Amino acid sequence: MIATWQSWLGLWLPEPLPMILIILLKIVAIVLPIMGCVAYLTFAERKIIGYMQMRIGPNRVGPRGWLQPIADALKLLSKEIILPTKANKALYFLGPIITLAPALAAWAVIPFDNLVVLADINAGLLYILALTSLAVYGVLIAGWSSNSKYAFLSCMRASAQIVSYEIAMGFALVGVLIAAGSLNLSEIVLAQQGSLLNWFWLPLFPLFIIYFISGVAETNRAPFDVAEGESEIVAGFHVEYSGMSFALFFLAEYANMILISVLSAIMFLGGWLSPFQGLDAIGLGVVEEYTNWIPGILWLLLKTSFFLFLFLWFRATFPRYRYDQIMRLGWKIFIPLTIIWILVVGGMVVFEVPPWFDA
Amino acid sequence: MKIWKTIKSLFLWELLKGLKQTGSHLIERKITVQYPDEKTPQSPRFRGLHALRRYPNGEERCIACKLCEAVCPAAAITIESEQREDGSRRTTKYEIDLTKCIYCGFCEESCPVDSIVESRHFEYHGEERSDLLMTKEKLLANAVLLEDEIAADREVEVKYR
Repeated sequence: MIATWQSWLGLWLPEPLPMILIILLKIVAIVLPIMGCVAYLTFAERKIIGYMQMRIGPNRVGPRGWLQPIADALKLLSKEIILPTKANKALYFLGPIITLAPALAAWAVIPFDNLVVLADINAGLLYILALTSLAVYGVLIAGWSSNSKYAFLSCMRASAQIVSYEIAMGFALVGVLIAAGSLNLSEIVLAQQGSLLNWFWLPLFPLFIIYFISGVAETNRAPFDVAEGESEIVAGFHVEYSGMSFALFFLAEYANMILISVLSAIMFLGGWLSPFQGLDAIGLGVVEEYTNWIPGILWLLLKTSFFLFLFLWFRATFPRYRYDQIMRLGWKIFIPLTIIWILVVGGMVVFEVPPWFDA
Repeated sequence: MKIWKTIKSLFLWELLKGLKQTGSHLIERKITVQYPDEKTPQSPRFRGLHALRRYPNGEERCIACKLCEAVCPAAAITIESEQREDGSRRTTKYEIDLTKCIYCGFCEESCPVDSIVESRHFEYHGEERSDLLMTKEKLLANAVLLEDEIAADREVEVKYR
């Protein structure tokens, strides 16, 4: 269908334009739903945490509070953007942009279904790793340029934390890489084909847990949110930001949460694959037949929302880690554990342990 | 039992217990009182907005003994008094500054004639500071409005006083 559009546009536009237009449309088709998801993720967060605290959560704006995120966005849009005295103006406005841009750009390589991906590049995993590391610059720049000691302290904490957990995360990804034998995210998903037990969460279980916990730490979410530490440094690296520039940080944090969730789903829970695959083996092929019509993107959404729920559940449950505990967990537990498990995975691949690596 | 402890922390045992706790609350019945639509029950001893009462024949109860002014821990009460034509002592000024008042109820307790009382009414506001300075007129007017409820509450509480 996209090809016909492109040829139709080609009738009255000079050459590279139709292609660029189509790509732009695709980008909009990805980014707009993400923005919507971010808005409603904030609503879900307030509702779920409220429920876990025996409260109801927002329920005044619109039916059952469903218009709350829209009201929030309007409020932030109408607020004044304040520039602190002696702040570095260029960097001050660059900070939120650098934080948000990678969180959105990373979506280019996310496969939503078989062949439904904006850029099916071979080094997809590497690209993701590179872009998620870029987010730390946004935090650093924002904290530094605000000319505020709280923002500065927080950006130091945040960047040290993000850099530390990046390593554990990278090692966890190395495990996936060994198991799948490819950096291409679509191929990683296809390598998990078979059944629910063929998904990588089973052979890579410790890496799966470590990857997700590192993801929580990467996004500076509770219980690793020392970067925000309300009690000691007010709100963290974005204290001085107001209005829409603050909203950009907010968007980036939630977009990153969704990104980490979708990546966990792709790398460990079989992405768009149906959980009812391969039920024939135990005589339940009927279930597989009847659920075949469900589009893969729905399974991906389901798996992603499971991880997002975990993010919110963690925030409602765990008290904040002490800073030295965060560093201890990252360096002295996660990194050794991942290295050990990479060796185990390597062994499993070499000896072609069924049912995962006997192809 | 150090090994046991290590194994427990490795498998995130305590964290999973915490998650179970919050998870069970997720599906429990919520206890929020949706305030303007629903209200919690009040005690007859509720301490809300003040009122300066009169006897049923219309005579002011207050005899300007200034016990309330003396006992007020926030020094929110100001009283001035003089002799009326019939020789009785009455207040010319009786003011409670609600921005200072801590609603402790000492004024009510100290009053020998049940004149100054705290009513159950608590949903009031002031749009400027002076709105929250309760003058004698305002306090007397409060009593007129709320007298039935105030009298009923004193009736219930009389055996404990």
